[in-house]
Amino acid sequence: MVTLAQVLPAIILIVVIFALTMLVALYSTFAERKVAAFIQDRVGPNRAGPGGIFQPLADGVKFFMKEEVIPVLSNKFLFILGPSIAITASLMTGVVVPWGPDITLFGKTYPLQIVDIEIGILYVFAVVSVGIYGIMIGGWASNNKFSLMGAIRASSQVISYELSMGLAIIALIMVTGTLSLREIVEQQHGWHWNILYQPVGFILFLVCAFAEANRTPFDLPECETELVGGYHTEYSSMKLGFYLFAEYINMFISSAIMSTLYFGGYNYPGMDAVNEFVGPVIGPLIGFAVLFAKTCFFIFFFMWVRWTIPRFRYDQLMNLGWKGLIPLGILNLIATGAAVLYFK
Amino acid sequence: MEALTTRRKVLEQKRMTLLERIYLPAIASGMGITLRHFFKKKATINFPEQQRPVPRVYRGLHILNRDEQGRERCTACGLCAVACPAEAITMEAAERKPGEENLYREEKYAAKYEINMLRCIFCGFCEDACPKDAIYLETTFAPANYNRNNFIYTKDMLLLGAKREEIKPPLTQ
Repeated sequence: MVTLAQVLPAIILIVVIFALTMLVALYSTFAERKVAAFIQDRVGPNRAGPGGIFQPLADGVKFFMKEEVIPVLSNKFLFILGPSIAITASLMTGVVVPWGPDITLFGKTYPLQIVDIEIGILYVFAVVSVGIYGIMIGGWASNNKFSLMGAIRASSQVISYELSMGLAIIALIMVTGTLSLREIVEQQHGWHWNILYQPVGFILFLVCAFAEANRTPFDLPECETELVGGYHTEYSSMKLGFYLFAEYINMFISSAIMSTLYFGGYNYPGMDAVNEFVGPVIGPLIGFAVLFAKTCFFIFFFMWVRWTIPRFRYDQLMNLGWKGLIPLGILNLIATGAAVLYFK
Repeated sequence: MEALTTRRKVLEQKRMTLLERIYLPAIASGMGITLRHFFKKKATINFPEQQRPVPRVYRGLHILNRDEQGRERCTACGLCAVACPAEAITMEAAERKPGEENLYREEKYAAKYEINMLRCIFCGFCEDACPKDAIYLETTFAPANYNRNNFIYTKDMLLLGAKREEIKPPLTQ
């Protein structure tokens, strides 16, 4: 029998993580516009509230107030299902990320992770792959050629890049010996970050994360110049908002996963001394802040790249994926295996 | 064959080196450039608070001039309306009655004089065409408005000394 007292911490954590994810996604849209503006020597939105900080709220209200158009010849059920799947799948990935070390409150210890699954990485992979169905279904149900083209590109791109991402992850698992995200983080105590052991793997993972999140330079599914809006050409109002939102949530989660897998998650050099000094309540919160800072840096990195590099052509994308990244991933895998055997 | 121009340039189609093919060094240098721009001084002028200074000869909103005794100079000859390429000016003439000599300089005057500021292209041809020095372009310009009708400036808005909403940018030295 499960009592409320046992479930309550998990529920609170779920609500907090959900709210945090939404907030970060909301402000990523604002940050994106600001970063774009700053890189282009502009100042960006600065009218709504001090420095423009209420701009995302204004955008959200606008999305809700817009007229909702569902094309007559579309499949209505699938048309609505598409964005729902996209946003649900992107919200589900945050569950297995260890947001901080165990926190002690009122004499009890709580983990700052919603669930610690043994196969955490596989779970993330599976859910991210479900997310692409949202795009495929939405693009197909729109009954629009541009949407369909965008959806086809999206699915082929994600399938191609999932392979090399998997190879990067396998090499990482060979080093860590576990699939659980929590254990992977615990192993990177202090400064023993996995980036030191897997630099090539990290670059592979990074490139693939860009492709998985449909971000520039791999944002072919929604390239405006060729496909109008790609898979969300026919979408309006909050359904469009959900698609765009899902992209930002994906960006946030993949940033968090990258910091967790390769940059030590909530670990930082000198953490033991700090933890001894501040105690078991503040210490984990500092750990969380460190992870959050790393995540924010990666989100900034995503945006920075977006406003620097032009889009790949479709054949270039496939060439890079199949002829560049996969052989590199296999080489990395062999080298890692040899190193693991040698140093064991 | 002899080249037709001296500007012809033969492109070398050589294969990319390995360093170029892995993209990463080029991407890194590109990101350096964007990061430099990130911290650069911004080119934006935050309009209502800051305003770009305009030169003294800037062509902005029109004004109907008066002579030294405060009489309207315009005689409704219509040359400005003829000169106007955007056909933004309309007017109706009237004859000066006895006793109105302190209001109008000559026997004929404009009873109605309207400029549609949405049509006007601020070329200044009206100013050039006017034989009586009656119309001038100031350095001010019209603020935004919700209603198109409010952009049709009537004579009482155009006359020198009339009250109207206008934005006065600073003048360059």
